[in-house]
Amino acid sequence: MKVMLSRVMMVLLTCFLSSTQVLAAEKAEDLYKNYCWQCHGMTGNGNGVNVRDMSVQPRDHTDAKEMSARSDDEIFKAIKEGGQAISKSVLMPPWGGVLSDDEIHSLVKYLRHLCQCSGNQ
Amino acid sequence: MEHCQRYLLCWLLLLPVAVNASGNDAGMALLQKDCSGCHDLTGPAPTTIAGVWQRQGPDLFYAGNKYKPAWLKTWLQKPVRIRPAGMYYGRHIKEGADGDVIDSTTLKPHPRLNGEQAKAVTEALMSLRAGSHLINEGEYKPGKISMAMGELMFDKFRGCLACHEIEEGYGGLSGPEVYSAGNRLQEDFMISYMRDPQAWDPRIFMPNKHLKDRDLQKFVHFFRALAAENEQ
Ligand code: HEC
Ligand code: HEC
Ligand code: HEC
Repeated sequence: MKVMLSRVMMVLLTCFLSSTQVLAAEKAEDLYKNYCWQCHGMTGNGNGVNVRDMSVQPRDHTDAKEMSARSDDEIFKAIKEGGQAISKSVLMPPWGGVLSDDEIHSLVKYLRHLCQCSGNQ
Repeated sequence: MEHCQRYLLCWLLLLPVAVNASGNDAGMALLQKDCSGCHDLTGPAPTTIAGVWQRQGPDLFYAGNKYKPAWLKTWLQKPVRIRPAGMYYGRHIKEGADGDVIDSTTLKPHPRLNGEQAKAVTEALMSLRAGSHLINEGEYKPGKISMAMGELMFDKFRGCLACHEIEEGYGGLSGPEVYSAGNRLQEDFMISYMRDPQAWDPRIFMPNKHLKDRDLQKFVHFFRALAAENEQ
């Protein structure tokens, strides 16, 4: 009985702690590994494990020429609302609602680090 | 309303614990002994990315709301791979000459049960029913869709094929294959999961594509048709 009670307490505790708070913000690098690797690849070069049967190649995030053609705002919009929001492929998913705006901003910065480029032309 | 749902969730999460503690039932004992090392039987789902990466197998604390019992019983005796890149995919891929590939040396075959064990474990799993508040029972209304239209929606219109295979060797590899989903998963669960994957699993890497109710129904028609075709 004691064992059962303490387990119930534990579940209650973890439950209230985790479900009543907003998710803690994660590091950009971890966000990229979790959500973006699958298509953009472990090095960000656009050759992720999913590309075999994809009709449009994911953007090479290390390509300074391609990546500097977009402003930070456009990249933010592509990540938040998906490829279609910037007249690109539906294969680039929308991540708004899954990621917070702060997390998306941190990803834009991380992409600038990957391409070693900036977006102001 | 939100609060109300959260409290409800907490009580639902408690249910399986209460069942475990009271029952000496063989299936639950086997689950605790041989399965709980890789599968979470009590919840809640991880709320951090680190938690997602540490997970050794799919969460089973809502198994009774997710799987079809007939499928469970068969699969537990003869498990076949569902997620081509395992869990979590990032731990099972490596760089190849033309891009990332699955490192199959890191993927282990799933433990197997005999008929009697599978029956007991299926019963125990079906009693784990967290997440009921996310399911609208009876929401799915059986209907038909042509394979061509289903595939068009899944691939061109919605981009789901990027992560899910619709036949062995065709489609994306980071998500579970969907050619057996119609046999494996309860229809109302599929609708609920596709509507809001993060409601079930806050840090899972499936996007929320904001699908309309009509499309949710059509995708389930498609998965059922795929599974029927796949069985022949
Ligand atoms: C399901 C596969 C997939 C996933 C997952 C994915 N992307 Fe993409 N992404 C694509 C594809 C395909 C394109 C190319 C679209 C095109 O060129 O029409 C793209 C393009 C982009 C672009 C370039 C848009 C432009 O044209 O300027 C950015 C930026 C981007 N992705 C960021 C991300 C980030 C950040 C993540 C993770 C949060 C992510 N992507 C996850 C498939 C994916
Ligand atoms: C070594 C870790 C490990 C152990 C032990 C283990 N599993 Fe699993 N299990 C997994 C992994 C990994 C998957 C995902 C397989 C896949 O996607 O192909 C899985 C998948 C499953 C599934 C299918 C669920 C789904 O959504 O794909 C069920 C049901 C299941 N396991 C039940 C059990 C039972 C019952 C036991 C104990 C007898 C058990 N597992 C022991 C790792 C494990
Ligand atoms: C970026 C990759 C990605 C995209 C795009 C994607 N999914 Fe998923 N999907 C996943 C992952 C990851 C899971 C859950 C894996 C797990 O539980 O281990 C999943 C789970 C599912 C499930 C439940 C299957 C199961 O076995 O638990 C269904 C149904 C599903 N997705 C349908 C869709 C549909 C329909 C679309 C398009 C609207 C879609 N997915 C787009 C990655 C994706």
